[in-house]
Amino acid sequence: MPITVKNISYTFSPKTPYEKKALDDISLTIEDGEFFGIIGHTGSGKSTLVSHFNALTRVQTGEIVIDEFVLGKKKIKKRELRNLRARVGHVFQFPEYQLFADSVLADVSFGPKNLRLPKDEIYNRAKEAIELVGLDFEAIKDRSPFELSGGQKRRVAIAGVLAMKPKILILDEPTSGLDPQGKIEILELVQKIRRDACKIVIMISHNMDEVASVADRIAVLNKGKLATILPPKELFRSRNLLQKFNISMPEASSLANELADKGYKIDRGVVTVEELVEEIKRLMRNEE
Amino acid sequence: MRDVSLGQYYAVSSPVHRLDPRFKMFAVLVVMVATFFITSFFVFGVAFIFIITVSLIARLPLLKVFRSLRAIFILMLFSLILTMIFSSGQYGEVVLWSWRRINIYISAMLNAGMLASRLVLLMLTPTILTLTTTPIELTDALESILKPLTLLKVPVYVFALIMSIALRMVPTLFEETDKIISAQKARCADFESANLFRRAKSLGSILIPLFISSFRRADELADALDSRCFNGGKRTRLKKLKFEIRDLVSLIIVLAFLFLVLLLRYNWWSFYWIIQLNNVVI
Ligand SMILES: Nc1ncnc2c1ncn2[C@@H]1O[C@H](COP(=O)(O)OP(=O)(O)OP(=O)(O)O)[C@@H](O)[C@H]1O
Ligand SMILES: [Mg+2]
Repeated sequence: MPITVKNISYTFSPKTPYEKKALDDISLTIEDGEFFGIIGHTGSGKSTLVSHFNALTRVQTGEIVIDEFVLGKKKIKKRELRNLRARVGHVFQFPEYQLFADSVLADVSFGPKNLRLPKDEIYNRAKEAIELVGLDFEAIKDRSPFELSGGQKRRVAIAGVLAMKPKILILDEPTSGLDPQGKIEILELVQKIRRDACKIVIMISHNMDEVASVADRIAVLNKGKLATILPPKELFRSRNLLQKFNISMPEASSLANELADKGYKIDRGVVTVEELVEEIKRLMRNEE
Repeated sequence: MRDVSLGQYYAVSSPVHRLDPRFKMFAVLVVMVATFFITSFFVFGVAFIFIITVSLIARLPLLKVFRSLRAIFILMLFSLILTMIFSSGQYGEVVLWSWRRINIYISAMLNAGMLASRLVLLMLTPTILTLTTTPIELTDALESILKPLTLLKVPVYVFALIMSIALRMVPTLFEETDKIISAQKARCADFESANLFRRAKSLGSILIPLFISSFRRADELADALDSRCFNGGKRTRLKKLKFEIRDLVSLIIVLAFLFLVLLLRYNWWSFYWIIQLNNVVI
């Protein structure tokens, strides 16, 4: 079990008038090879939770075990911290706002450089990462990251994290602010990363269609508490859960549900468009 | 982060918090002026009790109020030592303690004590203002106080707008900085490295994105102002400043305090109890 979260609670500005409990006694485990989705309303603590995984946020109460790293109240050593952050990559929301170097290559190399790798290794990793995110290395490596398009910038930023070769990748709303085509492309990229580069991918999302189509399991956070963890099919099938936590359904699910309500014998657990199409085809065959 | 945006503001509800900020500024001025007329420890005592009472009414933790003194600690220490060393004492006064060419007199120590008390008062009074008033309220008050300058064609509204935009942007900027630092830390940026070059590079990885986003924000804001036809004219506001009964009551209290301090100093009507008091306590 590569990620074990035990009874994590977190309070911002404790013992002040601005005290704010962001996480309340969260326990969960994420398995090797899993694509883990996290959903929840804004302010429910999603970002705070994942920022624990690479020790950007100090554990206040509870414990997190990631492979050989034990994150607890004890301060983690600098060298160990670097190893942890190389193991757990974190792509923040709007990661393109963190680009800073004068060339794409330099920006992507920033991570591996900080890992104090040898020069050619840094170069190789940067090249590999830029190619992994689907950009043409030779064409883009010397360009300024600031003159790229929005989607390209985001890819470069993601490459900057991938260049550290993380085993675990955290993505905080990787598709937000992109056009529909850009969203689809980034989502495909995320799936490719999961296939080829990272053992575990953790994705925060507000878009139910996106998580439903890629995640193996989805955790629902509600006001800092873990509401439930379920595979997408089961989550979006259980209507009272959705109602209770005021979560909307993926488009495909809601269409399937409407059809089912009208009396068609369709599976309510449909979550992706492809599945919906299959179901409707099956239905039509049965009608004939 | 939120504390930054509000300056020192301590968010509780109290009569002092609710006072008109213009009045609070005026009151601070009065009390600070009054401190310069204090020449006896007895009156300093009265002033301290006054300040502490106000803090208690404002429901401020005293520790927080007194913590502001840390800022002037060094200054205080220096002025204390210098006053003690360089005062030459009153005529015919015996030397209390001497070392080489340095003579310490009792009167010098008393002077130093006065000085320290005055510094402390001068520090605590505005602290209560900033702890009980948000920066926005302060700018509003300032705008209102400076309003007469519009007659001289000084664009007070524009200055006020600039000031409130700056205040509005401070927390955003801090939040942004926080995010960028986290993101670069996630890429193992080393801000504490012994290697200066590496450290400078890491610093650049924060400053450059920060600059870029500040300019972007400024640009967007300018466009937004333009598209809503902002031309530096008068703005209406959500919270109108109003002088109320409680402000009047507080005004009377503060003026009474000033009067008391002046009376104890000058004793215009030669009250016997003041003379006695001045004889008993120094
Ligand atoms: N630096 C901070 N200081 C104080 N409170 C904070 C800070 N960061 C977050 N919070 C609060 O903690 C709670 C959880 O925030 P968090 O960013 O984890 O939510 P989220 O689920 O990621 O929301 P979103 O979907 O908007 O990204 C929120 O109520 C937020 O107001
Ligand atoms: Mg978030």
